Amino acid sequence: MTEIALRIEDLSFSYQTKKALDNLSFSVAAGECTLLLGPNGAGKSTLFSLITRLYDTRAGKIELCGFDVKQQTRQALAKLGVVFQQTTLDLDLTVTQNLRYHAALHGMSRKLANQRIAEELERLNMQERRNEKVRQLNGGHKRRVEIARALLHKPSLLLLDEPTVGLDVPSRQGIVEHVHRLASEQQLAVLWASHLIDEIYPDDHLLILHKGQIKAKGTIPEVLSMTHANSIHSAFKQMTQEGVS
Amino acid sequence: MSLLHFLRAMWGIVGRELWRFIQQKERFISALVRPLIWLFVFAAGFRNTLGMAIAPPYETYILYEVYITPGLIGMIQLFNGMQSSLTMVYDREMGSMRILLVSPLPRWFLLICKLIAGTAVSILQAYVFLGIAWFYEIQAPIQGYFWILPALILDGLMLGALGLLLSSFIRQLENFAGVMNFVIFPLFFMSTALYPLWKIQESSALLYKLAMYNPFSQGVELIRFALYGQFNQDAFIYTLAAFITFIIAAIIGYTPSKGMMTRKGGE
Repeated sequence: MTEIALRIEDLSFSYQTKKALDNLSFSVAAGECTLLLGPNGAGKSTLFSLITRLYDTRAGKIELCGFDVKQQTRQALAKLGVVFQQTTLDLDLTVTQNLRYHAALHGMSRKLANQRIAEELERLNMQERRNEKVRQLNGGHKRRVEIARALLHKPSLLLLDEPTVGLDVPSRQGIVEHVHRLASEQQLAVLWASHLIDEIYPDDHLLILHKGQIKAKGTIPEVLSMTHANSIHSAFKQMTQEGVS
Repeated sequence: MSLLHFLRAMWGIVGRELWRFIQQKERFISALVRPLIWLFVFAAGFRNTLGMAIAPPYETYILYEVYITPGLIGMIQLFNGMQSSLTMVYDREMGSMRILLVSPLPRWFLLICKLIAGTAVSILQAYVFLGIAWFYEIQAPIQGYFWILPALILDGLMLGALGLLLSSFIRQLENFAGVMNFVIFPLFFMSTALYPLWKIQESSALLYKLAMYNPFSQGVELIRFALYGQFNQDAFIYTLAAFITFIIAAIIGYTPSKGMMTRKGGE
């Protein structure tokens, strides 16, 4: 049986009177890459803030590898690697210093941290940049460092919040390929928020979110047959234009 | 979760803060220039205007510069506490705070680590200031430089906790100017940093009460007495109580289910 890395049940969230998420239920299994598609304001960032426990879950349940985010926060967060939409690196520190800081937050010894940092940087072809200050790196390289950082503590679920925004095409492709490889080779579960259709791979799962509700979920053929659309682009358009005058 | 994990994380957070401070030379210099201007310019100018009666911990007549020195150390720690708070708001706006908050550690522990880091930086600044003041012939008994350390730790923690509490309320960096006007200036001017309580009482009974119950005043008095090898018990208890109150409120402010974080949310 495939292990479920992320399970969300009946999740709702409101900002005072405005409902941001409405009764969401879905799961992401190990080795599965799920693309969370939705226009701006669909509720993607709210969902990520709830999974990472930046906001409190008031209605519904979120489990990471079987740990309830609300009740067993620390065990749950230990299983999670995150790349946020905005760069969250310290620009005045070097690549290695940034990664060591993250390793310290996860309680790694210096020896283990150095070993993992070398492994992850090697995998992303960033070894030679390890002593450079992050400020000197371009957008694509910064993103690679953030992905390396998110993987240092060997999480079971990787959350990516529009990580390719603002990157050039080769950098974007590099990151998309790398993450898909991680999912298939390391059985990593990936939840990737995006609004770029061309980042989808044929084996990916899709989750279309609009105005806080799941409009479609499943594999690409499942979503296409559900919407009677001939492409993901038109399925997405159809789902997200409902109710728009 | 082992003790080792907590220690490694604490060292990671404190080490990062100290490293950043050493790297940012402008921050170090500006943190020192502010109290030094007060000492060299303001205090020197008022030397003849403001006479100081003999009052504990002083056993003789003192120059105004001598009186103001503990207040300026308090000022260093006050600005540092607010600077830490500014950094928290900045980090939250820029997103780097998220990395800290999604690490598998209790939030209270992360806040305490931030607090220790900020206090360590402020103590470093205070000792450099005292060193410069020594050459300006503002010299306390040698043992005072040792006894001041615990006072600096408690005062730094108290003001840092106040900064953390404020940062849990401030949504945007722009609002920080308000902190300057509504927190730093009132705390500093309505205190015993610049003039003793009895002198304030002569001018206004209300101001006297405000200055007496101002936690910043109590922190400054704790430092003032410690610098002369004396222990001011009332100031200690008051500062400790203020620290406990502020840190508990800050932890509540940063707790997702209870605090301000949820209400601040938005897409």
